[in-house]
Parts: sequence; structure tokens; C-alpha cells
Amino acid sequence: MSQISVNTSSAIGHAAAADIDAPIRIAVRNLNFYYSDALALKNVSMNFHDKQVTALIGPSGCGKSTLLRTFNRIYSLYPEQRADGEILLDGQNVLSPSVDVNELRARVGMVFQKPTPFPMSIYDNIAFGIRLYEKLPKSELDGRVEEALKKAALWNEAKDKLRQSGMGLSGGQQQRLCIARTIAQNPEVILLDEPTSALDPISTGKIEELIEQLREEFTIVIVTHNMQQAARISQFTAFMYLGELVEFGQTDKMFMTPTKKQTQDYITGRFG
Amino acid sequence: MSEHIVSSYDNDLQDLRRRISEMGGIAEKMLVDSIAALLRGDLPLAQTVIASDTRLDILQREVEESAILTIARRQPLAVDLRETISAIRVSGDVERIGDLAKNIAKRALAIGGQLQPQKIAVGVQHMSDLVLGQLKDVLDSYAQQDTIKAVDVWRRDGAIDALYTSLFRELLTYMMEDPRNISFCTHLLFCAKNIERIGDHTTNIAETVHYLVTGETLAIDRPKNDTSIDATAEVGA
Repeated sequence: MSQISVNTSSAIGHAAAADIDAPIRIAVRNLNFYYSDALALKNVSMNFHDKQVTALIGPSGCGKSTLLRTFNRIYSLYPEQRADGEILLDGQNVLSPSVDVNELRARVGMVFQKPTPFPMSIYDNIAFGIRLYEKLPKSELDGRVEEALKKAALWNEAKDKLRQSGMGLSGGQQQRLCIARTIAQNPEVILLDEPTSALDPISTGKIEELIEQLREEFTIVIVTHNMQQAARISQFTAFMYLGELVEFGQTDKMFMTPTKKQTQDYITGRFG
Repeated sequence: MSEHIVSSYDNDLQDLRRRISEMGGIAEKMLVDSIAALLRGDLPLAQTVIASDTRLDILQREVEESAILTIARRQPLAVDLRETISAIRVSGDVERIGDLAKNIAKRALAIGGQLQPQKIAVGVQHMSDLVLGQLKDVLDSYAQQDTIKAVDVWRRDGAIDALYTSLFRELLTYMMEDPRNISFCTHLLFCAKNIERIGDHTTNIAETVHYLVTGETLAIDRPKNDTSIDATAEVGA
């Protein structure tokens, strides 16, 4: 007699339910951001929960990427850009001048819209970041590279060509290489700025699957223009408009019954 | 509600609403005509009711297909998703209402105009008037996205259940009085049950309207006054 197996795992293609009791990993308090004199973020306050995916959505220029860029102070590469307010990472204000930005960026990794592999081998792309902070014997370094590639779901495709250039990989593979490079530093938070907008649906699917796995270990913040992607992969969603946080809540609720008209108009394609 | 940036999206949703409104009109007429055919013994009218069910079935399929295509093409969210899903649900309920009216018409043909006594006819007429009122109101509430009107229909259905129970008892009495009544009383009992079921479908639609407008579902337990199950035990004892 045949047995009917019952799959009790969560439904395919849908992220786990939001854990509203998850501790707060990043707390943004009264954050303002300026590009020279232009105010790009207006008094934004919100929480990012530990080991949850938070999606930032909103039309171009609403400040979502700007918000992402404050978490690891990558904006400080440009002298005319500045932020005031507080961003508390585990209670410590990362905007404080006493925070070492290099150390911060190891704790808060970032992946960009276009894959940005370094012009070096796959192995060195990942080892590069580790070598900056740690002096490891080769065998241990090898282990870390392998672990990072495995977590980024790239190991099987890359293990036989670790010495080949990272630039020779496909777009989707390059993006996973960038994620592996970020993971290798053992960050606490991973920032993803439209990580799949330049990828085909198959590569996008692989990255989304990867994000779902990474959530078990990291706190993830993703900027995306794809509503369905935000609905699929995130537990929390924030809708921003003209530099302000309009609505923040559990993703399921945000996409079925948003409370603000602006949010509803945006996610249903009525903006304009 | 403001319009979509993509205007053909608005057309898709309007098209769904238009088809459902046409379905509602057909179902209302089928109910009115089937009851008239039953009570007046108007057999040609009963035939017309039976024939008009085809159009209702076609429309229901069209709504379903077009809603599925909308989901595939547009990946609707929030109110748009609720509207698309609601269209599928409402069209299903209206189609069932048509089936039930058609069944009343078929029984009108079976009885063949020998409806006795008049007192029962009055009961059936009264019950169908109430249900027709509910059907009209709930279709209006859908068209106007009026959740207050929808909840009102949802609450009112208890009265129909109560009426059905009393009609049920009455018909049992007639059957016990004279076995020659059994055949047409049974048909009439089914007709009354069909009308009561149509009332239930109007409450389903009311629940869908409430979900469509608010995004929240109504309580599971609706006020019910159908105690015909107890009546069976009583008479049989």
C-alpha cells in the first residue's frame, strides 16, 4: 500500500511568518539625511528585527537606498553627505564618530544592484575581505572560503574553478559571489540594494531562496522595486515616500490590507 | 479609488464588475420568474427560466477565466487582489442561485400547475419576496462596495430560516392529512429549501463584500433560525 507523505514544512515560495517578538537588531531614531542641503530622509524612526527580512519599498528617490546606505555609513565616502539622529546597532550608535567604519562595514555587509566582483579569482574575491581583518593559516582560510561559498549556494558551481576570475561567472553567479564575500566576514546584518534587478528569473529565484536560508543566521534589509519579491521574501515591509516612512508593518498585512492610502496606491500601481 | 497607471488594468477589473452585474440581473429575474411560474402554474415561463441558466453559466466561466488571467498578468495586491478573488467567489454564488431557481422552475413543470392549497402559496411567495429583497440588496452592496448594507443582509437571513421552518412544519401536516398531497408537497418542500439556500448564498456574497471592502472576514457564526431539523424529530415521534 502506498503511503501518503505529509509535508509539514512551510509552503514553497512563501517566506516564514513574521516573528514580532524577535529582538530589535537595528533601531533607527529620528534619522535625518542630507545630500548637501537637500533633506533626503526626514525624521525616520523604525526598528529592524533580528533574523528577519525587512523590505524597503517606495518609488525612486523616496530615500530607501539612502536609508540602507546609512547603516554601514557607506555615504561617508562623500564629504557633502551627512546624517543626524541615531542608528543603534545592538544599542550602539553607528553614526557616532568613535565607531570604526571598517569594523562597522564588516558587521554590516552590503550587496549592490549590479554584481561587483573584484577583478581577481573567485577564491581571492572571498579571501580578500577575510585577510583584511584576520591572519589565518591557509587551511583555515580555505575552510572559510568554502563555507562562504556553500552558504551562498555557489560552492557546487564554483568549486572546480576557484582560481578562475570571478568576472567570468554569469550575472547571477557573480551576485551570489558578492553575497559569499559579504558572508565570509561573519556580519550581523546584510544589506541588499535591489540585488536581483539585473538578473533573469532563474537567478532571481536562486537569490530569493538564498535570502530565505540566510535569514536563519543574519538580519537582512533589502531594497526592492519588485512588490511580489518583497511580499515573497520579507517578514516586515516599510513603505517610504519623499524621504518619510509612511507605513511599516508585517509584510502579509502590508500587501493585503495596508492602513495608509498612499501605501495602497503604491503597491497596487495607482501612484501618479 | 484613483485609477491605475496601467489603464488596461482598470478595464480588466471593470470588465469583471460588469459581468457580475449582468449575472446578478439574470439571477434576480430567474428567481422572480421561477416563483411566478410555480405559483401561477405558468409552464412556458418555467421553460424560459430553465433556458436562461445557460447564459449565467457562460458568464460565470468568463468571470473565472478573466480573474485567473488578471492574477497571472497583473499579480494584483491589496484591494485589487481582494477584488479579483471576490469576483470569483461572487460569480460562483450567483451561478448557484441560478441553478436553484432553475430547479424551482423544473419543479413547477413537475407539479404542472396543481398548487393547492392557496395558504402554502402565500408562504412561499412571502419567503421568496424576502430572499429577493436580500439578493437585490447584496448585489447593490457589491456594486457600491457598501459593507453596512452587506452586513444588514447577513443579519436578515435569520428571518428566512425561521419562515422555512414554519413552512416545513405546515407541509408535513398536509402530507400527514392526505397521502395524495405527498408528491406536490415534496416538490414544494424542495422549492422552499431552494429559496432558503438562495438566502444562504446572499449571505455568502455579503461576507465576500465585507472582505472586499475591509480586508477582514466576518464572524464564522451567522445568526440562524432554521430549526426544521428539530421539527422532523418532533413529528416523527
